[in-house]
Amino acid sequence: MGNGLKKIARSQLIIPLIALLLLIVFNLIRDIEFFSITVKTDNSGNSVLSGNLISILNGASAVAIMSIGMTLITSSCKGQDISVAALAAIAGSVFVSVLRSNEITIPVIIIAFLFCTVIAVLFSLFNGVLVAVFKIQPMIATLILFSAGRSIAYWINGGATPTVQSPLLASIGGFIPGIPIPTPIIIMVIFLILISLVLRFTNLGLYTQVVGINEGTAHLNGINPVWIKLIAFIISGICVATAGCITVCRIGLINHETLLLDAEMDVILSVAIGGTALSGGKFNLYGSVLGAYVIQALTVTLYAMKVPSAAVKSYKAIVIILIVLISSPVVRSFTVKAYKKLFKKQEAKEIPVKAS
Amino acid sequence: MLEAKKTKKFERGIRKMKRILALVLVAVLTLGLAACGSQPAAPAQPSAPAASNDAPAAPAAPSGDGLIKVGIVNNPPSESGYRAANVADFEKVFTEANGYKTSTFYSLKNDEQLNAAQQFITDGVDYLLISAAATDGWTTVLENAKQAGIKVFLFDRMMNVDESLFEAAVISDMRKQGEMAVKWLLDLNLPEYNVVHIQGAMGSDAQIGRTGPLDEQFASGKMKCVVQQTATWDEATAKQIVESVINSGEKFNVVYAENDGMAKGAVAALDEAGITHGINPDGSPKEVIIIGFDCNTWALEELKKGNWNLDVQCSPFQAAVIDSMIKDLEAGKTLPEKIVINEETFFDARTITQEDIDKYGI
Repeated sequence: MGNGLKKIARSQLIIPLIALLLLIVFNLIRDIEFFSITVKTDNSGNSVLSGNLISILNGASAVAIMSIGMTLITSSCKGQDISVAALAAIAGSVFVSVLRSNEITIPVIIIAFLFCTVIAVLFSLFNGVLVAVFKIQPMIATLILFSAGRSIAYWINGGATPTVQSPLLASIGGFIPGIPIPTPIIIMVIFLILISLVLRFTNLGLYTQVVGINEGTAHLNGINPVWIKLIAFIISGICVATAGCITVCRIGLINHETLLLDAEMDVILSVAIGGTALSGGKFNLYGSVLGAYVIQALTVTLYAMKVPSAAVKSYKAIVIILIVLISSPVVRSFTVKAYKKLFKKQEAKEIPVKAS
Repeated sequence: MLEAKKTKKFERGIRKMKRILALVLVAVLTLGLAACGSQPAAPAQPSAPAASNDAPAAPAAPSGDGLIKVGIVNNPPSESGYRAANVADFEKVFTEANGYKTSTFYSLKNDEQLNAAQQFITDGVDYLLISAAATDGWTTVLENAKQAGIKVFLFDRMMNVDESLFEAAVISDMRKQGEMAVKWLLDLNLPEYNVVHIQGAMGSDAQIGRTGPLDEQFASGKMKCVVQQTATWDEATAKQIVESVINSGEKFNVVYAENDGMAKGAVAALDEAGITHGINPDGSPKEVIIIGFDCNTWALEELKKGNWNLDVQCSPFQAAVIDSMIKDLEAGKTLPEKIVINEETFFDARTITQEDIDKYGI
């Protein structure tokens, strides 16, 4: 029992799990209705699931998908890509511009998605080359796209808020007729399964961590750090394109200025909450995804509590500081010590008295 | 001995605590900064096309051709759909065919705009038209313009300068837009008003103007505020906010979104929950009334289809007004007023026509 507890306590998943648990308990006390899930009929006649839990799972899917790529980049490059949200705006704009120049059918949507994925991967590789080959600090390297990305997104469509209207798109961003679960959640699950398979059947996970922990060692062992880093950026590009397309499909419109606004911070935060050190090395994908849900749960809770508009960000900041503080090494080792002291109090008391 | 050890330990503990406290404070500050900083940063991104467009450095041609030389300082069209329409409007009016020799400069940065304005003065334009990125810092430049005998018009945005420094300012009254929407709502004479209010980025002109009149109704008790939340102009956030209201089970019959995009996000949430919106064929409102602002073309089309109820215009069309004022000045007339409020209107789903969409959509 004690051993198992220790194992969990040492696991990287403990912090997001505790945070999620606290949010759940808090909401249970506040209002049990918060967790109720009901079946409703939407305006196109489908039966769909509805409720705060669904909102959380649905709303977080874009950030959760992007956090997968970010985790790999963080682990291998010892830094973060701050341009993901701007890149998502570019990908979304490409997606919309292909859709607008054709009649929207399933093959066109697939082509548009593939095309925007290729573009996003190229942009992401641009970041990757700066980071892996030229060895520029990731935050500095990605600052370029962070500041230029949304202008590029505007330039692609040449208008501020182009719209795309089609029931097919609505079923990607909302519900597929006959399936009561929001499609973004399904896409998220597919992504997670795919990436889990890749990590399970290839050495990518191991290699990524080795590169992040010690590049020299990785090199001596025949792993090419440059390639591993580039692969991380390629995967991130795919994730970002998917997130961008999902967000476009949700509303049927792209606004280059507000698409996934500030999402890069949420993505980095979910990686941090997930227990991956932002200085690289060991990573935990599931932790990052869980982190994204923690953030979304927090946002939805704040909405449900009707926190005043001007104060939302400060409330969020306070909770996040608490989570990050709890997960800091200082507090962790303090807790472990306190735990030990509590259980060995009697013996511990005797010793110093004798010594003096 | 033990005492000394204890105090030492205690002191060390305190030092450690101080350090942690300092760290926490720093973290709070940085996060706060990040939160504040990220808002204005989004629109204020350095945009690539800004500097390249018609650099004012190009000396204006000698005015022997009878054309009126005009220098326009504006924000780049990539700023928003509103701005794109605004820039297009000025390009359409201030043409050679219309008697103007026009140089234009676009930037989101006040200092770049100031330099450009100064350059236009040096080039010796006849009229200077400015939509300032920020309201402060313009006094010196405008004084220079006055000394050089250049007449200045402000459009779209006011600035903090003495009224004697410019001929006229053509601006939108955001508060009036909010008042129009609220009056329209009251005219419906609904038995009760349960309003979901989705705000724009807090502190922006449009948000303050469009929130004010509705807040007064909430305060007077005539309308009930079900939820008032900011979506920072983001469509997806607006959808989440409305979702959370629906999940809470509270009744509402009005969605007041401070721009079209957020109204569209709100409608997406209503659609998923099977709540009807817009108007019935006989013109009566369905379960929820949808109000948007800005008059994007696609938003007006939603109105025409009867999916929304009201869209209030935020007119980007100031060029024609300024054009006629310049012509008046050239003809030796004086301008009657300094502040000209741009005439704005609203469109009701019951009465909107295709002509309105073509004429007013941006």
